[in-house]
Amino acid sequence: MSLDTSHGNREVSVAALRQTGGKGVAQAAARKRKKMGNTSEGRQPGWVSYVILGLVILISIFPIYYAVSLASQPTTATQYGVQALIPRGGLGGNLTTAFGEIGFGRALAGTAFVAILCSASTVLFSTLAGYSFAKLKFRGRGPLMLFVVGTMAVPTQLAIVPLYLMMVRWGLYTSLWAVIIPGLVTAFGVFWMTQYLEESLPYELIEAARMDGCSMIRTFWAVAIPAARPAAAMLALFTFVAQWTNYFWPMLILGPNNKAMLTVAAATLRGARYTDYTMIMSGVILTAFPLIILFFFVGKQLVSGIMAGAVKG
Amino acid sequence: MSSTTDTPVLAGKAARDEEYERHVARRSKIGRFDVKFSPYFYISPFFILFAITGLFPLLFTAFVATRQWNTLTGDGGLAVCGATCGDAGNIPSMWGNFQWVLHQPVFWTALRNSFSIFLLSTIPQIIVALLLAAILDANLKAKTFWRMGVLLPYVIAPSAAAIIFSGVFSDQQGLINTLLRAVGVTGIQWHANTLASHIAIASIVNFRWTGYNTLILLAAMQAIPRDVFEASVVDGAGRVRQFFSVTIPLLRPTLIFVIITSTIGGLQIFDEPQMFSEAANYGGSNQQFLTVSLLLWRTGFLQTTPGQPNMGRAAAIAWFLFIIVIIIAFLNFWLTRRIASSSGAPKKSQKKAAKGVAA
Repeated sequence: MSLDTSHGNREVSVAALRQTGGKGVAQAAARKRKKMGNTSEGRQPGWVSYVILGLVILISIFPIYYAVSLASQPTTATQYGVQALIPRGGLGGNLTTAFGEIGFGRALAGTAFVAILCSASTVLFSTLAGYSFAKLKFRGRGPLMLFVVGTMAVPTQLAIVPLYLMMVRWGLYTSLWAVIIPGLVTAFGVFWMTQYLEESLPYELIEAARMDGCSMIRTFWAVAIPAARPAAAMLALFTFVAQWTNYFWPMLILGPNNKAMLTVAAATLRGARYTDYTMIMSGVILTAFPLIILFFFVGKQLVSGIMAGAVKG
Repeated sequence: MSSTTDTPVLAGKAARDEEYERHVARRSKIGRFDVKFSPYFYISPFFILFAITGLFPLLFTAFVATRQWNTLTGDGGLAVCGATCGDAGNIPSMWGNFQWVLHQPVFWTALRNSFSIFLLSTIPQIIVALLLAAILDANLKAKTFWRMGVLLPYVIAPSAAAIIFSGVFSDQQGLINTLLRAVGVTGIQWHANTLASHIAIASIVNFRWTGYNTLILLAAMQAIPRDVFEASVVDGAGRVRQFFSVTIPLLRPTLIFVIITSTIGGLQIFDEPQMFSEAANYGGSNQQFLTVSLLLWRTGFLQTTPGQPNMGRAAAIAWFLFIIVIIIAFLNFWLTRRIASSSGAPKKSQKKAAKGVAA
């Protein structure tokens, strides 16, 4: 983004002003042009913008705050109405109880196992396929790519009945593998990597590697993988979040009262402690917090991932 | 590439060269094989896995949907509609399950609920996301902080958010109703009332997805060339006019994308209504917020009465859901194109000519 927002030849650029009129003049001109606000990126927001955004963030945080506050009530006597908004001292005790009741360690390990395995597999296979679709020439490429894009529009729930029957037949009912197997690849991943590699991997690089005598797989390894890294990281992140927050399929295939994953463990606790909101919310917090903490580290990447995807999609 | 693998043909060379030639020929044969089959090799893991976990189940759903398929008994031949279809109901046919579904009043209720929740979540969400994106599309201080702030709800699982919101919207002692009563207004039956429950569930969806869609629209806004805005200013357009006549038409492709993905996701809504349910009344005591997906699950999997879960009928519901999603997605596509293009701004499809590595 440049400050040079000149509307025609009449105006001199800020950089030129810096040379002719000195630093002060240049700064003043830059300020003035920003205030005029006809380029939206350079537009100076008023206090209203900040107030609205502040409110939006409060709304985003409020449900989390409400859950924490409820979980901190020592007894269920104060779990109703407005008084539940005042945090009290019961958080530690409630979390400890919920920790044991949902088998937090096992649920966390189960969810992490599923999310990591699915992300790794999705990224690897999507990069391979994406590279092939974006940069290699082969018979049937067009129709196959169309097929990949077409399947993205198919609701996942269409396949749930037979998937369930298959997993039961394979003896995987209640097993984490039944959650993992359908998540190993996604059509979206292939589409995403194809889009990215099409633009960011120059043919010259591939040809240079081939000239140097690289085999096809060596070329993929030496040229495509480094080029794909930013998009692959995004894809891993989004697959991870999607698997971590997944509920319907794990609930279905892990069976009732199975606490092998966080989302289903929280649901089980809710079923067991129906009217005890302090406990229910403790379970929700335990299961939601690992990802919230992760968000503080990778939130920036998530933001740029969504924004990068939008421009291409 | 071919120049390197071409065998130089020179007359009068020694045997050593001939051997070299053979060597090159052999290598280039491997090379050609490599070039020809590597692309298939690279896409095969995806297609094999997808065939097992995606394509086969899809085709198999079509089969199961035509069968009388009980959880206990398994495949029991062609589907039977049963008493609901009248005298013809006992004759097994391919369409038995589909007929059964269409004869259930609860299916139509579920369809209505799905649509209602879908509309209540998609429309306000996109409007708010557009406005937020317009606010974020400025020279804000601490840009990253605000962007991360709107995205935070995205990492909260819908099932977890639904549990929290179920408490906020509790009919008796929930936060909102307590506040309403404090100011002298009767509490709203967030679970018992049809429309109120739809609004409550839609708010869970909006909570998670508004920020996400805001960022998508923000990125698209920033991709609009700045001189377009400058031209509109020269033409005398104010900020509001600019937003409606320049920004929105130019966002058309992204808007279509956002609306289509919201449609595909929104009509399949399951986690939120399931976790919003009180006790085992999945979808509400009076089916007031039973969605099609919830009905699918109840029909095929919920173990209430032994022998009751019917996979065939659940598969039939899945097919109806699929058809509805496709129709609505196309309808939205058509509608969005019309609305967003009414102000002009034609855009050529930017299909790039596919290039490939010359072998």
